[in-house]
Amino acid sequence: MKSPSKPKATEERLDEIREAALKAGSAQGPQTGESYYGLPVLKAPVWTWEVPLYFFLGGISGVSACIGFIAQLFRSDPAFVRVCFWIALIGASICPILLIADLGRPKRFLNMLRVFKLRSAMSMGAWILVAFSNCAFLAVLCFELILRGLANPFLISLLWLLEGSAAITGLLLASYTGVLIGATAVPVWSQNRELLPAHFLTSGLGGSAAILELAGFLIPATQVLGFVASGIETLIEIFLEVRKRPVDVPLHHGRSGKALRIAGLLEGPAALLVRAFLGASHTGRYAAAVCFLLGSLLSRYAWIWAGRASAEDPHALFNLQRKV
Amino acid sequence: MARTAFLTDATVCIGCKACEVACKEWNEVPDDGMVWSGFSYDNTKSLGASTWRHVLFLEQPSVAGPQIADTKDPFRWIFLSDVCKHCANAGCLEACPTGSIVRTEVGSVFVQPDVCNGCGYCVVSCPFGVIDKRPDDGRAFKCTFCYDRQKAGLIPACAKACPTQSIQFGDLDELRLRGRNRVQELQERGYKDARIYNPEETSVGGIHASFVILGEPEAYNLPPAPEVPTVYLKSAWTSALVSAAILVAIVCAAFAF
Repeated sequence: MKSPSKPKATEERLDEIREAALKAGSAQGPQTGESYYGLPVLKAPVWTWEVPLYFFLGGISGVSACIGFIAQLFRSDPAFVRVCFWIALIGASICPILLIADLGRPKRFLNMLRVFKLRSAMSMGAWILVAFSNCAFLAVLCFELILRGLANPFLISLLWLLEGSAAITGLLLASYTGVLIGATAVPVWSQNRELLPAHFLTSGLGGSAAILELAGFLIPATQVLGFVASGIETLIEIFLEVRKRPVDVPLHHGRSGKALRIAGLLEGPAALLVRAFLGASHTGRYAAAVCFLLGSLLSRYAWIWAGRASAEDPHALFNLQRKV
Repeated sequence: MARTAFLTDATVCIGCKACEVACKEWNEVPDDGMVWSGFSYDNTKSLGASTWRHVLFLEQPSVAGPQIADTKDPFRWIFLSDVCKHCANAGCLEACPTGSIVRTEVGSVFVQPDVCNGCGYCVVSCPFGVIDKRPDDGRAFKCTFCYDRQKAGLIPACAKACPTQSIQFGDLDELRLRGRNRVQELQERGYKDARIYNPEETSVGGIHASFVILGEPEAYNLPPAPEVPTVYLKSAWTSALVSAAILVAIVCAAFAF
């Protein structure tokens, strides 16, 4: 056994294959022992473009319902409340379509409602979306009936109930998406599980205020909400830049890092500065709104890309688990 | 039925891939492309939707350890047949929103193909990167632990085909004992880095398919301390609810002033 005869032809052939693979960029030479040829341990997310767009629209429509309900509590202009709930309804109508389109077997979408599983954020999300879209639809229906002269006490209390339910489920819809990706095996997501729901909610708040501004409601409330959302996003952006952890590499480097930085700048400092210096004019507020919306949309895609990069890096996972 | 298990022993695997072939044949799993990877004799690279047994080929420098105990070999070559771990606390099962993924009476984790709608959440919830979505089919697939064969009193196809008994199938507790004995025996024979891979101390809580390996688990792309992602739920939901409460306060303030 100490001097094994080498089957030369086989070894030469293997060398040829290795060389070809090295040239093609798939092989990395002999194993170092720190991972299996640098191949990914985890599977990258299989979600397509519909899912980040759903995160974005779900955030806007969910927070819109909440803004509408609180506006009504503070006896705001009914026209404003009405538009808030119409935005919620339009969002709630598009969201299920996006989610169903992403399924591998779209015709089986109703299987989502076979079980109610507290331990699955995806299951909770399906139920939250069903509850929210039904509440938003009925609230809009109620509102329109009342506007058309059917204002009886029963319908008015029903409207309050429906709007309140839409507001609560809307907040869950805007925030659960952070829990959804936070509670996974993907290192960069799981290690940001506390940040993600807050980040996505803020993004939804600013996005909702921006849509309302673009719909013509250049009232002080939307200005304040726009300021607060951009301010918080600026703080999150600074926090991410300052905190340097190995697991956060995809948040700073590569396609996801670039996209996240641009998104953070658009949502945070850019929208904030435009609002601060040009916010007195209509054009300035429209510009700040568009700026925030673009950043908000891009950031959802960037987080999914970051998850993909993180899942494909075996060392990110090993470093994290060896530390413990 | 008793709880059953796999014990896959890297020290007797000869890398013949009979398990991969037997699995494909019995379960009618489609091919996953005929490409040279350049990674030793491994051309499937990892477990996936269409690779339910995957034979790893480790080429390690001599510092890692000898091929034959107490000899000076230039390098060592290790083979291991990887498979779904059938975790005690399975990430995929917890994540599945349709109830398609279930625990069977033998303790294994089974995907019901007639229920799965291909949402893809199990893919990111498996701490071992086992389950995946088959693009042309749309549903998620992984090792079934030959549930159909076990129901008929047969042993899984891969264990049946293994010519060296590297893949052993049997009662869970019995195989755990056999694994411990095997490691002790290997260490006595000079393989000091022999060990069991079965993460019992993490939230995964142990696996139904454990392994006898030489050296660190990372070299086999086995995570050293896998966690079932449901452990992250509490802090994530707390953050969501606290953030939502703060958001309500902010919106109230915006309309109050």
